[in-house]
Amino acid sequence: MRAVITVIGRDVVGILAEVSGKCSELNVNIAEVTQSVLQDMFCMIMLVDMDKCSIPLADFSDIMKKLGEKHGLSIHVMHGDVFDSMYHV
Amino acid sequence: MINSRDILETIRMIQDENLDIRTITMGISLLDCCCDDIDRSCQKIYDKITTKAARLVAVGNEIEKEYGVPIINKRIAVTPIAMLLASSGGDPVKYALTLERAAREVGVNFIGGYSALVQKGFAPGDEQLIRSIPEALAKTQHVCSSVNIGSTKTGINMDAVAMMGDIVKEAAELTKDDNCIGAAKLVVFCNAPEDNPFMAGAFHGPGEPECVINVGVSGPGVVRSALKKIPDGNLTDVADVIKKTAFKITRLGQLIASEASRRLDVPFGIVDLSLAPTPAVGDSVAHILEEIGLETCGAHGTTAALALLNDAVKKGGTMASSHVGGLSGAFIPVSEDAGMIDAAREGILKIEKLEAMTAVCSVGLDMIVVPGSTTSEVISAIIADEAAIGMVNSKTTAVRLIPAIGKDVGDELNFGGLLGAGPVMSINTASPAKMIARGGRIPAPLQSLKN
Repeated sequence: MRAVITVIGRDVVGILAEVSGKCSELNVNIAEVTQSVLQDMFCMIMLVDMDKCSIPLADFSDIMKKLGEKHGLSIHVMHGDVFDSMYHV
Repeated sequence: MINSRDILETIRMIQDENLDIRTITMGISLLDCCCDDIDRSCQKIYDKITTKAARLVAVGNEIEKEYGVPIINKRIAVTPIAMLLASSGGDPVKYALTLERAAREVGVNFIGGYSALVQKGFAPGDEQLIRSIPEALAKTQHVCSSVNIGSTKTGINMDAVAMMGDIVKEAAELTKDDNCIGAAKLVVFCNAPEDNPFMAGAFHGPGEPECVINVGVSGPGVVRSALKKIPDGNLTDVADVIKKTAFKITRLGQLIASEASRRLDVPFGIVDLSLAPTPAVGDSVAHILEEIGLETCGAHGTTAALALLNDAVKKGGTMASSHVGGLSGAFIPVSEDAGMIDAAREGILKIEKLEAMTAVCSVGLDMIVVPGSTTSEVISAIIADEAAIGMVNSKTTAVRLIPAIGKDVGDELNFGGLLGAGPVMSINTASPAKMIARGGRIPAPLQSLKN
């Protein structure tokens, strides 16, 4: 199952490393990453594969949210089906 | 293939524009709980609800986290209690207290179905249940009540309409120390849908299966933001943008509904394609109408704008869901909509305009605070007018008026939470007493003869 992680907020040193480190720790495979920095606003989208994740998606979502709060960023995890159903007929 | 623009649009909808799933409502049939002894009936009801809905809230919270979409309410709708009362007899308030206990146990925020369907007349249990509504609502927090007093097929039961004027007033009076909240939990319907997931009017109709999951979506803020991007588009463009937005919102509802149904192992019923506002800034149906081009909601043109909005929401949403039902359309509850509250405070949005709006939207006169001195006959006549609009136009209409006991125009009631706050609105006090006292039935209109 695929999930999408979005990280939005002021650019913070090492945020990409920290999010991907947490993914690796929990056995979440990163399939695709896009990121852009507009002035000092940072926006990263990660498409990840959750099949082998060691914890349930709901708990993973909580961990990411807390990680974001620690850095003053908004980190949101969503099930990939949300986008498939909203944008594909 | 997931497009990053779509991803960011969805995140913005959720974080900035209040996109959410308004409610997952589990409908539960209580017909098999019916005994000739009310205490045994109550015990069976409690056991059935707390078993069937034991995981409802937990599953809702789980889906919310996994899918990253807020699910605001988890609710239960049950078989109209008057149908159980018919065979059990006894004090109907016992049923209300049982529903309250079950709702607290499973952690839902409302339970609907303290209801009676009397569109053609009173069967055993109906009148007794209706008379107990004010007490039941005063003694409970989570129980919601509704009464269907008319339909296109049957006409309007004017004896029930007359009775409901008194009941609405009494419900407000018994809760006058708590912002007359009793009346806010009571809806009087014409053409009540049997699968409506929204409160206060949800009940599990007699034609419904044993247990079912119905979902109500929302998203006025999303529609408004989409319209902001076409400030110079013509009204065809406006309708197209609303349709596309409603499609996306409803697809999300469909996804959540299927997932909830799978996890709870309960059949999926319907998605209610709704634009349900909340008092939160940026979550207002009135503001959509203003975005379309009205200075203030309530101005001339409001009815036309609402007709366009309501129709486009349905057109966009229909294809997005495998089964559509409930109320489906734009809601216009005054106290629950920041834009309507402002327009009513300014005196621009009046009850007569709201009545016209109900002819083209999905519900009726909803969450309107009226002076405490309003007579029962005037309330009954307002109900009759709304029911007539619903009956003739083959649509659902409803009345949820809150007589503000001891207050008058210029005062306000504040319910808090999703129910919001509303100014007392002035109404026409000329007496309809003679007509209401006549009683009887308004015959079904020609529109009913479709066979």
